[in-house]
Amino acid sequence: MLLKLTFNSLYARLLTVGMTVFAISLSLMLYMSVEKLRTSAYTSFTDTISQTDLIVGARTSSVQLLLYSVFRIGNATNNITWESYEDVINKKEVAWSVPISLGDSHKGFRVMGTNSEFFKRYKFRGGQSIELEKGNNLDDLYDVIIGAGVAEKLNYSVGTPLIVSHGLQSFSDHDDQPFKVSGILAKTGTPVDNTVIVSLEAIEAIHVDWSTGAKIPGQITPVEEIRQMDLSPKNITAALIGVNSKLQIFQLQRWINEYPEESLSSILPGVALQELWRIVGVVENLLLGISVTVIFTTLIGMTAIIFSSLNERRREMAIWRAMGASPKVVIGLLMLEAFIISVMSIIVSIVMLFLTLYVLQPWIDNTYGILVNIETLSVKDIYIFMLFIIAASLVSLIPAIRAYWFSINDGMTIKI
Amino acid sequence: MEKSNLNEKTIQINSVKFHWSNKSKFKLHIPELSVDKGEKVLLLGESGSGKTTLLSLICGFLTPLSGNIQLNEKLINDLSATKRDQYRSDNIGIIFQQFNLLPYANVIDNILLPLYFSKLRSANISNQRETAISICQSLRLPEDVVNMKASELSVGQQQRVAVARALIGNPPLVIADEPTSSLDTDAQTIFLDLMFSQVASSNSTLLMVSHDKSLSSKFDRVIDMKNVSVKEQ
Repeated sequence: MLLKLTFNSLYARLLTVGMTVFAISLSLMLYMSVEKLRTSAYTSFTDTISQTDLIVGARTSSVQLLLYSVFRIGNATNNITWESYEDVINKKEVAWSVPISLGDSHKGFRVMGTNSEFFKRYKFRGGQSIELEKGNNLDDLYDVIIGAGVAEKLNYSVGTPLIVSHGLQSFSDHDDQPFKVSGILAKTGTPVDNTVIVSLEAIEAIHVDWSTGAKIPGQITPVEEIRQMDLSPKNITAALIGVNSKLQIFQLQRWINEYPEESLSSILPGVALQELWRIVGVVENLLLGISVTVIFTTLIGMTAIIFSSLNERRREMAIWRAMGASPKVVIGLLMLEAFIISVMSIIVSIVMLFLTLYVLQPWIDNTYGILVNIETLSVKDIYIFMLFIIAASLVSLIPAIRAYWFSINDGMTIKI
Repeated sequence: MEKSNLNEKTIQINSVKFHWSNKSKFKLHIPELSVDKGEKVLLLGESGSGKTTLLSLICGFLTPLSGNIQLNEKLINDLSATKRDQYRSDNIGIIFQQFNLLPYANVIDNILLPLYFSKLRSANISNQRETAISICQSLRLPEDVVNMKASELSVGQQQRVAVARALIGNPPLVIADEPTSSLDTDAQTIFLDLMFSQVASSNSTLLMVSHDKSLSSKFDRVIDMKNVSVKEQ
């Protein structure tokens, strides 16, 4: 009966209670959205590269190597020679490898030289392969495959000619050797989307007339002549390595790090990603802090609403007391109200969240490359909800205790 | 005019003193007051004479600083707060001046509310809903009123529903705090007649507070606060 009457009481104050539930639901939804985005961003981030066991580059820090080899941020401290690379991949532990050559750009997008292994071995989001959406592979020396982001932002299609610039912010173009878009990759939500991919031989080709980072004055080798040259790579920037057995990773890593011919670094991508996430995690904590503050503010708002209704409900409390309800029952009634309001708010917030995610998921994926998973609630979500219900019930103790004193002092004398 | 029922006392008050801790000017001292079982007693008094405070003491909302209050020969001021609440629920039906009902609950739920807190009163009736409807009929409430929300009733109807709630489960004592003050004269008479007949059929004792002396003739006995309380400064 108490539950029924409590529901009736809440229904009688439908507008106020409805607004309260809506306000709390919005706060909870904000919290859950931030949490979903945070976990999805983390998953998307850590899934930028998967199934690669080691990344090898010139001696540098693990984060820097990860940044330039995977995220195309910053520059390599040095290249590694092809001989060193071959020494590494000839180790019996190595199952496959993908050489990467970086350094040039096209209209702000990084140009990456690699071989066909890249399209086979590079995996993201837990094992997905990159796929050509349009066009063909790198069949010709001057073919490029562009990421979905490059195609979209530069409005390129298959067959579009393009010129590669030397370096990242250089005014020198390799305009004597124009390229042509041969293929466009499907969207991956990774830095590959913003990469212009050419063959390793193409990287060598465009630097034929260059020496120590500068164009040799007066030297212009005809393209046809270049095509006949031996364009085997002499240096690469980094390499992605897969091993035969996971047990051999650390053994191989130690061997590479102690390689006597050249100073090399090899990193475990997963560990480096975690390390990098910890650095960018400050923003994550900030977002989390904002959400918790919003929930806290909402709880105070709910208390204020219960408080404000308390005075006009003193007569109601007196009736309960006259019927034999102890002050504890009066406290219980208000806590029950808070409990019902918080449970209703949670339900509404979940519905709103999933509707919003359902509508916005494709847009978030396309715009930010973050795949927000629309899945059932996690154990953590349920834990947070339970914590919220307990907190709401506890916070409602403040007006409830006030009601307790009202009910004790009022007796038959209701002062309103 | 006095009426006793084998001299059994429903209310017996001796040397009761009370004052609010924060209201130093108001002090209530009642040397002796008793109400016999089955009596209909009118408690008269000016505003501020302590009528409502006295009712709060009898109902166990408040406890006296000294003295004894016995209801049905049970000393209630020695009971714990919880036991006083239970005792009130089991033994007293209360009618307020106005706004007696939970506005969001329907009439039946309002009437049955005391039974939720009192197993004793609940055990006195076999079919709660039918009994509630029967009392409503006796109080001449329209048939369709039982399922209506309390807030949809007229003031007179609300007061009659309050009587039905006070009498459900036949409590030994009914306390009414100026229940007719919001009714016009005709409605007052009808209301009192209906209340008296129901109180009589429940074999309950009635203690009603009013400042309206014209109601005196309708009661077995009239107690004036001036005569039972000693003024203290």
